Amino acid sequence: MAFIGRGALIFTLVLLVWAALAGGYGALRGRHALAESARNALLASFASASVASVVLVVAFIRHDFSLAYVAAHSSRQLPLAYRLSAFWSGEAGSPLLWLLVLTGMSSAAVLANRRLIAESLPWTVPVLAAIACFFAFIPVFVASPFATEPAPANGAGMNVSLQNPYMLAHPPLLYLGYVGLTIPFAFAMAALASRRTDERWLLATRRWTLASWTMLGVAILLGAKWAYETIGWGGYYAWDPVENAALMPWLASTAFLHSVMVQEKKAMLRVWNVGLVSLAFCLSLFGTFLTRSGVINSIHSFSQSSIGAWFLGFIAVVTAAAAGLIASRLPILRARSRLESLASREAAFLYNNLLLVAFALTMLWGVLFPLVSQAVRGQTWTVGPPYYDFFLRIFGLPLLLLMALGPLLAWRRTSARSLLRIVRWPALAAATAGGLLLAKGAGSSPAGLVAYTFSVFVLAGIGLEFARGTRARRALGSESWLGAFFTLVSRNRRRYGGYVSHAAVVLLAIGVVGSSVYSASASARLQPGQTLSLAGYTLRYDSTTFKRGANHDELRAHFDVFRNGKPDGTVAAGKNNYHVEAFFSNAVAIRTDWLRAQDLFVIGQGFNRDGSVDVKVIVNPLVDLIWIAGAIFLLGSAIAMWPDARERRRLARHRLELGLARA
Amino acid sequence: MAAVTYLVSLAALLAAALFVVRPLVGPRERSKPGGDSGLELIALERRDRALAALSELEFDHRTGKIADADYQELLPALRREAADALRAISGVSA
Repeated sequence: MAFIGRGALIFTLVLLVWAALAGGYGALRGRHALAESARNALLASFASASVASVVLVVAFIRHDFSLAYVAAHSSRQLPLAYRLSAFWSGEAGSPLLWLLVLTGMSSAAVLANRRLIAESLPWTVPVLAAIACFFAFIPVFVASPFATEPAPANGAGMNVSLQNPYMLAHPPLLYLGYVGLTIPFAFAMAALASRRTDERWLLATRRWTLASWTMLGVAILLGAKWAYETIGWGGYYAWDPVENAALMPWLASTAFLHSVMVQEKKAMLRVWNVGLVSLAFCLSLFGTFLTRSGVINSIHSFSQSSIGAWFLGFIAVVTAAAAGLIASRLPILRARSRLESLASREAAFLYNNLLLVAFALTMLWGVLFPLVSQAVRGQTWTVGPPYYDFFLRIFGLPLLLLMALGPLLAWRRTSARSLLRIVRWPALAAATAGGLLLAKGAGSSPAGLVAYTFSVFVLAGIGLEFARGTRARRALGSESWLGAFFTLVSRNRRRYGGYVSHAAVVLLAIGVVGSSVYSASASARLQPGQTLSLAGYTLRYDSTTFKRGANHDELRAHFDVFRNGKPDGTVAAGKNNYHVEAFFSNAVAIRTDWLRAQDLFVIGQGFNRDGSVDVKVIVNPLVDLIWIAGAIFLLGSAIAMWPDARERRRLARHRLELGLARA
Repeated sequence: MAAVTYLVSLAALLAAALFVVRPLVGPRERSKPGGDSGLELIALERRDRALAALSELEFDHRTGKIADADYQELLPALRREAADALRAISGVSA
């Protein structure tokens, strides 16, 4: 089986090299047959990469420890679901996952857009293939998942941190997000190479970008949920380099999703947009590099590996090639119109772009600083949460304000009088909420108070946008309020889907501020029958139990919970001992009050010989809004991505008109 | 079993190779030159953008984002832009 896997990988690399070289030559010389052959090679590479992936999955399922990768990342005791996720748990498997997703997405994107961007498609194929070549090269020549060894009786097991349901979904979604950003990047580069810099490439990649952005966002949230439930310190995001590595391309693609609308509406920001899409893609490569290279210490960096230098070289080549191509096409990327007013929708998008990119680059500097300090001073200086928290406030609060103002502004210009009239109700709602929160004692954190005030501003603005739009639609015909509302949303899905996503971001902000600024915690050593009280909760330590699981032992301390003096169920927190991996992990207890979106978070820190337990209790107010925000974020993205029949008709009309013009 | 697996793999490899080579077998052709479809497309997109801007202005006015005075000032400019875009299409197609 290893032979077939290795052979399929080599064949994939051969196909991709052909697609890149023949495709590039065919595009340059206008050789249609070569371009078509290259396209077919790209499609075939997906089939070939699928074969290699299936071989690896089967090896994990069948405990084929003759494959060194399978032996190093699984064991006979490992449950089936984790044997499947072991595919991407190591350095040799993750490039194969990248390759599989990339060739699959590339094939789908090329097939879906073969008519829309027919002129630049011959360039798109070699760009996609050249990128995929790198991800085929790594498992073929640098870190093969099909390397064999004399089979041991049992495997070494899987990193315990990865043995979590969230880790079944988090890495593939993260990779779908990262890899998905290849599509708009490749289409942009192809548009530049073919000098077709009209708005077609944006149209062709709009949904791919949105889908990648959504998957990246959901992956970040799932990673946060995993950290919250598994790492067991009561938080969900610690500004860890690998966490930041996922957030940076998400911020850059958020900026791109906004600025792309300015290009579509006003033919402006064309250089900025190709630059942004390149930045997002390079940051996604950088994210993979950080996770897989082991150059930076991180709780999420699961391996020390040999692929780091290759990755770094590839990122340098991609960055230089993209910058060179953009620079060579500057004359044809000139804007066709100008910014008419600083108080307009497009100006708001521009401000939001500057803040998002500045925040992403600030984070990049924070992530790179330990490497730079090591190289320059010979000492590794790390940048901690205070640095990121400071810049989160500096960039995040104005971004919240822009999220409120942007949708209320008109395209082209909004006069001061119109602006005052439009913002008066949201501003009044925000001021009232701010005053009430101040009276309730929320002023203990000025940044938190401002964030909440701005959040109300945004939510009120979104509500007003829906209300005004529905009223305007209703005035046009005899629709009911509900009918007018649905027509409004369905006729401009991107705008109203975007507003729903804004609401999700606001909920996220409220959850983050609430749980980080207003949380409370307490620790104690408890004997059976003793209690610990915090923020209206009382925990009474009852007993300790021991249970043997499939691949681990569970030690649990059981507590009776009382809320404001009344019984409120029980919780059990403790430790897991993984046999094969010889590793202890925390098993925290979380009791959620969905009505208040608040968690009681219990950590069993130590089990003592005298029967006592060391327990830490945290009350995280509003933290569950973060997870609710994830669901709303998905809803907003789904609305925005939903196919638009009017757009299809518009493109069909273009084809007809072009045909008539040539006839 | 192993022999069957290898045979199936070989057949799949040959099929993929044939799929890649097929466009190269037969009469060689140069792709049709792009001509000026790029210019035509740009003109069509300019027209669509101008019409969309008009409809956006109308909607913003109805929802109260644009004051009457601003609306009256912006409308002629956008109409002119739409008319120019329509004329440009005729120019490119002619």
